[in-house]
This record gives sequence, C-alpha cells and structure tokens, in this order.
Amino acid sequence: MPLDKEAVARIARLARLKVPDEELAPLAGELSGILAWIEQLNEVDTANVEPLSSVSDVTLPMRADKVTDGGIAAKILANAPGGAVYIDPSDRNAGGFFTVPKVVE
Amino acid sequence: MAALTDLGIAKLVAALSRKETSAVEVADAHLGKLDEHRALNAFITETPDRARAMAQASDTRRARGEAGLLEGVPLAIKDLFCTEGVQTTAGSHILEGFVPPYESTVTANLWRAGAVMVGKTNLDEFAMGSSNMTSYFGGVENPWKRRGDNRKLVPGGSSGGSAAVVAAYMVPGSTGTDTGGSIRQPASFCGIVGLKPTYGRCSRWGVVAFASSLDQPGPLTRSVEDAALLLQGMAGHDPKDSTSAPLPVPDFAAAARTPDVRGLRVGVPKEYRVEGTATEIVALWDKGIDMMKAAGAVIVEVSLPHTKYALPAYYIVAPAECSSNLARYDGVRFGLRVPGKDLIDMYQNTRGAGFGKEVRRRVMIGTYVLSAGYYDAYYKKAQQVRTLIARDFKQAFEKCDVLLTPTAPSAAFAAGDKMDDPVTMYLNDMFTIPASMAGLPGISVPAGLDTDGLPLGLQLIGRAFDEETMLRAAAALEQAAAFTARPPGY
Repeated sequence: MPLDKEAVARIARLARLKVPDEELAPLAGELSGILAWIEQLNEVDTANVEPLSSVSDVTLPMRADKVTDGGIAAKILANAPGGAVYIDPSDRNAGGFFTVPKVVE
Repeated sequence: MAALTDLGIAKLVAALSRKETSAVEVADAHLGKLDEHRALNAFITETPDRARAMAQASDTRRARGEAGLLEGVPLAIKDLFCTEGVQTTAGSHILEGFVPPYESTVTANLWRAGAVMVGKTNLDEFAMGSSNMTSYFGGVENPWKRRGDNRKLVPGGSSGGSAAVVAAYMVPGSTGTDTGGSIRQPASFCGIVGLKPTYGRCSRWGVVAFASSLDQPGPLTRSVEDAALLLQGMAGHDPKDSTSAPLPVPDFAAAARTPDVRGLRVGVPKEYRVEGTATEIVALWDKGIDMMKAAGAVIVEVSLPHTKYALPAYYIVAPAECSSNLARYDGVRFGLRVPGKDLIDMYQNTRGAGFGKEVRRRVMIGTYVLSAGYYDAYYKKAQQVRTLIARDFKQAFEKCDVLLTPTAPSAAFAAGDKMDDPVTMYLNDMFTIPASMAGLPGISVPAGLDTDGLPLGLQLIGRAFDEETMLRAAAALEQAAAFTARPPGY
C-alpha cells in the first residue's frame, strides 16, 4: 500500500523527526518503493511458523539485583548538551541534573 | 626486513617478540602512513599522541616480560566503538563531539592484549549503508582504482574506513561491525580479509547500537591468520551483554594455521546463482569451488530456498530495531541539541537536523512497521521468514561443514553510483545478509582481480560458533587463490 504525504507526516511525528514540507512527497515515493519491494514476503507461507526474535540459543542469564556502581554523576553528566546543573559544584559526583526547555508553565 | 607497515599482525608480533623493532618504532611507521594517505578520508579522528603513549607502555610491558597476544600492534577502530576520552561519532552529526566516559568491551579487550590505537575510522552513518557515502564526515575513498580510470571508488560499507586503512597499509588490522555485511562487503571491495563472527562471540557492550539482534563486531586484516589473531583478541564472554555467549575463546590462530580441507564438505547453495551478479564474480566463484576441490574438499550442492527473502525481511527487522535503538538521541543527555519552542519541538528539531537522509528513512520505515495495525503484517511476518532462513541453513549444514559463496554481487563502484534508489544500494548485501539473519559466522577472502584490476572476494559461512572450521577453509582458499595484489601506489 503506497504511503501518501499525510501518512509520511504522521510517521515522522511518531518518530519525532522534523521533516520539511517539501521533503514529504519525495519521501513518500521512496518509502512506498521500499515497502512495495518488501511486500514480496507475502509470497512466503508462514502459517504455523514461530517468529524468530533472537538467534542465540542461550536463555538470558539472571543476575543479582544489586547496585554495582555509583558515585559517577560527573561522568554521566559530562556530555549534557544543555549543560548540567550540579547539586554541589565542589563535588560533581554528589549528583546533578540534565537541563531541558521549560515543560510546565 | 620488509617495511614495518607491510608485515601484518602475525609477523609484527614475531618481529616485536624477537626485539627486532619496538612498539614505538612500529607506531611511528604506521602514523607516517596516516599522514601520507590522509586524502582517503578514512579516519574521523586520529590519535597519534595516544598511539605513542600506548606504544611506550607496550614496550615497557614487553621489557618486563608481560607481552599480550597483540602486544605493540597498531589498530584502527571503527568510530562505532566507544573509546573512553576519545570522540565517538558513529559517523553522525547527532553524536559529533560526543566523548564517551567509558570503553567498549571489545576495545578494552584489545588494549588488555597490548594493542595500540592509532585512530577512529569513518563509516556510514550509524553503520547504515554499503558505500560509506552516508557518513556525515564525507565519503571514504577506496585505495583501489579501475585500471586506466581515475574516478574515485567507494570502499564499501559500513566499515569502509576500516577496510580502506588496512588495504592502504596504514594499519595491519582494524575493527569493524557487521549487521548485514558491513565487514565482509567492504573487505571484498578493498581486497582484504573481513570476518563476521557468530552472533554472541564478541560483546556488543559499548558499541553504538544499530540493530541489536544482528550487530556483531569483527576484524578486518590482510590475511586469514591475522583475522584469527585479532578475533582472538576481541572475543570473549561479557556479562554486560546479555546476548554474549558464555563460551571460552578457542585458539582461532591455530585453526587459521591449519589450511587442511581434505574431506571437508563444502556446500554450494544453488540459490546464490542469481541474475544481476557480475559474470566475473560467478566465474571466480566457480574457480573457488575448483580450488577447494583440488585441495581435497568434497563439494556438495545445497539448497537455501528462502535466500531471496532474506533481504526484504532484513529491511523490516533492521529498521525496526534501529528506530527503537535510535530513540535515545533526543538532545537531552548527550549529542546534538537543536532548541525548540517546547520539549517535543526540541526532540524533532534535534533528530531532524542530527540524522542524515538514510538514517531518517530507516527510522521512519522502522516506526511504520512497528506501529499499531502494521506490526503483524510486517514485523511479525519478517521474524517468521527469519525462522525459515535459519532453518534453511540448519538443514544445509546437515550435508556440509562450510558454505562457499560470492561476498558481493559487484566490485567496488564509483562514488555517487547507486544513490538514486535506496533498494539498488540494498542489493549490495544480498549474499551477506542471509548469514546475518541466521547469526552465523562469515568471512570474505580476497580471491582475484576483475578485468578492471579491482579485487573480488569469496565468502565462507560456518556453523554457529564453529569459526575454527571456517578459518581452516578460509586459510586453504587463501593459499590456493594466492592473492598478493596491492592497490597501485600503496
């Protein structure tokens, strides 16, 4: 089923991607082309076939639910794009915050 | 003695252990090549100071008698592996300037084995591409050119920089990652060896995620033995990656030093004879079959009936996983931030400006196939087809021990070609994707030159966690093919 401009705009919104209006039509063409090519999978009879989500045979391992690190707030905040705010500037590992635009008026 | 930059990993290790040279000398020789061939644009970040410091530390360790498996060997690292204190971009604007506060498990293993990092190599953005043309930092040039034709060719992708630096003798080995062919296809395009291990053999921890059920780190080198050595240094169980296999690391190098295929059953899948493959590649494949036969292998025709569906199934599974993995790039905790009037607007602006065209396309395909009402028709269907693909291989491996196929349907193409239609570019990986979907190991071995003088590779696919048999067969193929060509001028 080909996608139209409106469908592409909807998908872009779901994916949190800003797509300029003039790019919507060409994108609709490209994505429809890819999807049409993918449709050939309908030729395959998959009735009663289990979906494969992982190729590893191993059961996912369990581990003890305990803290294994900590005290590294400075490392975690080191790449904060808006700049970080630290609870105690003299001890950056004491904790801090990422910053975002104002959410609540 | 030959030039240090010509030696390759095994011979470098031998020369270093005989004290014929030092790690510092080896590092300097290779850093000189980085200067010489900077125009290839193969590196995003060069780390000469770190390389010299690591080489000095390596010499000190060796003097103390504490030499590791790869002691003093200079390596290039695909810029998808997080390296503590060194910018890691994934080839994307959205991660430009990101300096990881931690080290990936694979690179940590390599440094523990004594290896020396010279820099971070260029790649398709988030490893999504087969040409290296989607990198935000510009395409990489393949050191190979068509005879009598000066046009720049692509090195393949996504590990294009990692393949080019090995082919250009700037380093003896590099790390890559392979999701659908990203190690094997560039190895074929650049005339070198590229190995994708079994899914779970190398830890994915600290590797920027693309499609988590497919991504697998692996080595690129100029010989099968070197690939085995480097893999040995990279592999191993890692509790930090829940899909990492809790298995000991075999002596891969020993397997690669045993090019004995007498009685080995080599399967040739008939479905890989597809239209659109260059006739020279089909001829080379037939030659490879003859070589294996002459070396004592038993050739068996096998059938992998769902081969043609691997590619479209992959282009549902991989984008679906990428759309989920790339949700983390929101401009809040790391990477680029483009301001907006509110939080949602900031997310959209950041991701719209930070991701390139191909990444945006795949994120959107992934979002669509996972969205309500379409999940069963696309995503579940693709996972079911994946079961059938894995089953095909399982049945084939009842009749044979390894599979022999071409690596890619063409030789390296010119920069800018195949860019008009995404599906044309996707077809590059038609021979590598099926093994990826089944999680199996694969290796590309350079096997000849086409009439334009460009290298072509053949692929061997092994059973899960049986890289050793695959390496033995690859070493035999390497010996028979006797590929010694170098890109002119390198």
